[in-house]
Amino acid sequence: MSQVDIDQVVREELGNIAPDMDLDDIDPQGDLREELDIDSMDFLNFVTALHQRLGVAAPELDYPKLMTMDGAIAYLKEKRA
Amino acid sequence: MGEFRMPSLGADMEAGKLVEWLVEPGEKVRHGDIVAVVETQKGAIEIEVFEDGVFERPLVELGAKVPVGTPLAIIQGREPESEAEAEVVPPTAPTGKPDAVPRPSAVAPQIVPAETRPQTAPVQPAETGTKASPAARKLAEAHNLNIAALAGSGPEGAIVLADVEAAIGVTPKTLPETPRPEKPAQKKPASFDFNQMRAAIAAAMARSKREIPHYYLQDTVDVSVANDWLTRTNADRPPTDRLLLGALYVKASALAAKKYPEFNGFFGESGFEASDRTHIGVAISIRGGGLVAPAIHDTADMSLDAVMTSMRDLVARVRAGRFRSSEIADPTLTVSSLGERGVEALYGVIYPPQVAIVGFGKATERPWVVAGEIVPRLMVTTTLAADHRVSDGHRGAMFLSQIGKLLQEPEAL
Repeated sequence: MSQVDIDQVVREELGNIAPDMDLDDIDPQGDLREELDIDSMDFLNFVTALHQRLGVAAPELDYPKLMTMDGAIAYLKEKRA
Repeated sequence: MGEFRMPSLGADMEAGKLVEWLVEPGEKVRHGDIVAVVETQKGAIEIEVFEDGVFERPLVELGAKVPVGTPLAIIQGREPESEAEAEVVPPTAPTGKPDAVPRPSAVAPQIVPAETRPQTAPVQPAETGTKASPAARKLAEAHNLNIAALAGSGPEGAIVLADVEAAIGVTPKTLPETPRPEKPAQKKPASFDFNQMRAAIAAAMARSKREIPHYYLQDTVDVSVANDWLTRTNADRPPTDRLLLGALYVKASALAAKKYPEFNGFFGESGFEASDRTHIGVAISIRGGGLVAPAIHDTADMSLDAVMTSMRDLVARVRAGRFRSSEIADPTLTVSSLGERGVEALYGVIYPPQVAIVGFGKATERPWVVAGEIVPRLMVTTTLAADHRVSDGHRGAMFLSQIGKLLQEPEAL
């Protein structure tokens, strides 16, 4: 899967947990929890969705790497490389 | 058997708007089936049926807003041995002759609620003398349509919603939504009316503060053990099976409520009645404003994994704007947790007719004294707001500290 696809999956899944936010308006390097006003349950649902769609089961220890949109995309690219 | 009525989904609900039937006339329904969707101040709520039978016919047209208790449909009950007879009813003849099924005499006649129930949302025979349902009238008004000029297809020629919709050329589906431009990949949450929800919260909370003599208690609980246990447990699990601290809070509160029943139940007209069930309401904030606290039924009897699954399911459905009538109507105790962000303590306002609410602040690492040493520990501030008509601070303290004790043995939850 190309980088474009991973970008797309991340954006879609963030859109699913925060459907009222415009992802073009958020800081791609900002903390997603603040940028999207999501809680730990939302974040877990995001991680679960990434696992289901991309096969990457991020352990809790890696959560900090997924905390920004750019970080999540980079992490997933690396794991799938 | 008999009438399926607009349920009361909380002390603050007076009326609901029928927006969708999920069953067809003639279809069999079973206890717990979701048969309709009703729009309330809390958003769209899926309404379950609590009997087995055959959905005979609706009594209220889509789009009608009717008071709590109004019959919405006839559900033809089934005697155990009459199953065969029920089968005889041709599903294609929904409003046809009811002779094929044993018909209880108590079943009400077909009702256009506004006409035969003058105490509930009466149809103004209006200046023109035109008969029309409230929903039809409202829609006509909204479109500056002279309702008297329409031909009615309802009982006795009454003008029903469909007639007005036909006149203005819309289908019911497109009606309630205000079309707004959105990006294809981003869905709006279902149609919450935020003003209505704010009004509903205001009404319930004003009533709470007016009627319930609250008292407040606070405790500081070391959740390091629980958090370490979670970390170890989750390390071996795929994301879909992972647990959160919030699930431990809810389960611990349910177990404590079983031990201290004066915090679990309802305060009604004849005073407090403890519940032997533990339907823990989980406060979930709604994006854009407002909150709901749907219940997880019999939380104390569920495994921690099942509680977690239920919470995830609830959060997902609240995000999508859909939850079930039975979840909204009957929490016996509410738990509100701020999660990992926010502030250290939360003092709840009791949601009537409940008599207590447990609050959990953000878990924070703090210097703490353990066995004479100052060590960093993960601490959470727990609070209890309880009803002084039912309990006192002494018992409240025991209840709240029991929650803290239970959290020290997470593997037993």
